[in-house]
Amino acid sequence: MNKIFPRIPSGCAISGIMNKKGHRFSGNDIIKSIALMHDRSNGLGGGFAAYGIYPDYPDHYAFHVFYDSLANRINTEEFINDHFDVDMSEPIHTRKVRSINNPPLIWRYFVRPGQNKLISSELTEEEYVVRCVMRVNSCFEGAYIFSSGKNMGAFKGVGYPEDIGDFYCLEKYDGYIWTAHGRFPTNTPGWWGGAHPFTLLDWSIVHNGEISSYGANARFLEMFGYKCTLQTDTEAITYIFDYLMRKQGLPLEMAVATVAAPLWKEIDRMDQDKKELLKALRAVFGNLLMNGPFSIILGTKNGIVALNDRIKLRNMVAATKGDFLYLASEESAIREVCSDPEHVWVPKGGEPVIGLLEGVDNI
Amino acid sequence: MNFNMAVPEFLIERKKERCIDCKVCITQCANECHSFDIDEGRVVSDETACVNCQRCVVFCPTRALSVVNNPQQYKNNANWTAFDINTIYKQAATGGILLTGMGTDRNYPIYWDHLLLNASQVTNPSIDPLREPMELKTFLGRKPEKLVVKDGKLAEKLPPQLELEVPIMFSAMSFGSISLNAHKSLARAAEEVGTFYNTGEGGLHRDLYGYGNNTIVQVASGRFGVHQEYLNAGKAIEIKIGQGAKPGIGGHLPGEKVGLEVSLTRMIPQGSDAISPAPHHDIYSIEDLRQLIFSLKEATNYEKPVSVKIAAVHNVAAIASGIARAGADIIAIDGFKGGTGATPLRTRDSVGIPVELALAAVDSRLREEGIRNQVSLVVGGTVRNSSDIVKAIALGADAVYIATSALLALGCHLCQKCYTGKCNWGIATQNPNLIKRLNPDIGAKRAANLLKAWAHEIKELLGGMGINALESLRGNRLMLRGIGLSQKELEILGVVHAGE
Repeated sequence: MNKIFPRIPSGCAISGIMNKKGHRFSGNDIIKSIALMHDRSNGLGGGFAAYGIYPDYPDHYAFHVFYDSLANRINTEEFINDHFDVDMSEPIHTRKVRSINNPPLIWRYFVRPGQNKLISSELTEEEYVVRCVMRVNSCFEGAYIFSSGKNMGAFKGVGYPEDIGDFYCLEKYDGYIWTAHGRFPTNTPGWWGGAHPFTLLDWSIVHNGEISSYGANARFLEMFGYKCTLQTDTEAITYIFDYLMRKQGLPLEMAVATVAAPLWKEIDRMDQDKKELLKALRAVFGNLLMNGPFSIILGTKNGIVALNDRIKLRNMVAATKGDFLYLASEESAIREVCSDPEHVWVPKGGEPVIGLLEGVDNI
Repeated sequence: MNFNMAVPEFLIERKKERCIDCKVCITQCANECHSFDIDEGRVVSDETACVNCQRCVVFCPTRALSVVNNPQQYKNNANWTAFDINTIYKQAATGGILLTGMGTDRNYPIYWDHLLLNASQVTNPSIDPLREPMELKTFLGRKPEKLVVKDGKLAEKLPPQLELEVPIMFSAMSFGSISLNAHKSLARAAEEVGTFYNTGEGGLHRDLYGYGNNTIVQVASGRFGVHQEYLNAGKAIEIKIGQGAKPGIGGHLPGEKVGLEVSLTRMIPQGSDAISPAPHHDIYSIEDLRQLIFSLKEATNYEKPVSVKIAAVHNVAAIASGIARAGADIIAIDGFKGGTGATPLRTRDSVGIPVELALAAVDSRLREEGIRNQVSLVVGGTVRNSSDIVKAIALGADAVYIATSALLALGCHLCQKCYTGKCNWGIATQNPNLIKRLNPDIGAKRAANLLKAWAHEIKELLGGMGINALESLRGNRLMLRGIGLSQKELEILGVVHAGE
């Protein structure tokens, strides 16, 4: 598993479904929805993120890990055991699918940070986990932690998304948020870790587009200990949100106003307080502005946020029905699983669609 | 012994059949190369004093004049060029240091020309700046590590910032080294375009206080014209430690250039030499710099960002890091090809390093230390065009300083004789007859035009890369590829080779 490869721009399909009441449903719908957009991917990457799937281990960090070989696993597990209390470890259940070839070893661990190590590190629990994940992903050969949140998980690989869903038996999982991604890379990665979604702690991102500001974003993030080992836009986007919301403590709307900043001529028309705030955001975090076409669905345990670049260079449609919120690259992918939505709209560039669980006030 | 052993550098060719003996060339040439020969009844030329400033060529109404390199050559010698020989003749005749003006004209590599920009194809759309918004707004100043937001409002104000509509500023040139009309031209152009000009080390003329919102005032080792009102007159203060054209040495404005206005502005006696010491005598170390930075901040109530300008020298990355930690809000780096009004030739031509390498090294170093976002980085020293600027920003600069380009816009013809005070274009002179040649209304228009033209071109280049705000290019070295560079050069620049 060669983890360092040149950046691969890609086009894509994305889809997301959420139940605002937190009722859990199987992965069947999300697979159907993303499968409809088959032509938007090319079989070189697909994946899903699901929230609420591990009710038996709600307070454990669920690590999903790719290994190249048994030796890599033994080596990495030594590190994991050293830094975490592992309460459960198992290979992730998969089934044989004709089009999915050469999967890596795929393991799952339910862990809690080792108290002694955590206390002596003087880090917050989350920061401790992030640093351990970064360490494995950048320093351990043939090992890659591709999911590290609580009561959520990413499932991804090389193949069409519907085949990946089949491979991971997602119909057996129940979650209250599902997001999916079909990838159309313009180069052959041949590496499972390069597929979407990309996750860190509870954050997951599926993303369609190419960020022309990647170099600026990545170099800014590197100053704060983020290692953009994957060299994918999506990885950088995940870290941007993590930095702005977890590290800087900014509310969601400010994070959105940073990555898809309003134009200066719009800012000039705002009232004084808002103008001053947005000016400060752009002056200080200008390097985190995401330029170029994108539509993304950001998932957390509290809900989802969908966002387009500020001049809407990528398509994205949203719809609601009852307690359900649907998002997809194409309206047809929504109607495939919800034939009569109550409300369908095309969000404007830079205007987020925010779906929060009931009783939650921030993402 | 006044006999000049050197062969004149240039030939003045006068086409007899075109010359109408109108004597325009005589009145235009401050070097007195042209004269009227009463016996022969016609205008004649002597090239001994000619500096090839092209003033007479441009003004000759019948296009009778041309100034060309003198084809007369010393005997061919691969080791000893005419340049080497002439400098020895000159020093043998005078026993003095060789002086020159503007930036070095020696054949050093120009790294801008070894960098290529990217463009979008298929996988993401290029953006058309004529139809889509394209933003160049740039903020210079210290950025806080954290933004504190409460109730949707900014709880702590940002430290003072310079707000630029284009990422280009006019670099420091003092009143004294250049004329008041040149200063006026730059001040008005900066105001029109929404950027800044820099006073240089010679104080601020009374007539220019009105342009304070577009002014950066400089404090250099001579402290000429520095007082409370001056410090508060502009939007930012720049401490000049060094200059690319003469790293490690001070400045010298000859007494001939210190007329009444310069004398009043600099607060020195008329006709006296204005000599800036090589170091600031209150800065012998980085902790002293910190004291000066904070003295200036105290003097201006922490309302102005403080910039520290240094020449690009070998250890520039470590020095810049020290400056950032000493409390500077902006670091300005001047490459060794940067211009000047007067500099010793050997210093100009052999001290310092190219700004491209210095910029890349400083940006990388500050990022390694995690402090790049706290300070702004401005670079100058041969920024020749808009693509140089785009490349500088992709390498990591926040904005650029231009000076030679700005003077060219005002009419400079790069004859490199600024130190003589005989600038025929009315720029680097205090001679009342010569300064009238630069009309500040026209000068301002031309300098503003240059910035506007470059802004258009920057937008085109950005759009081609699929970027619609300059901050997404800043430090985005993936947009650059090297061409014809060694592995080491690529490593320092932090870019990969074209084709990779």
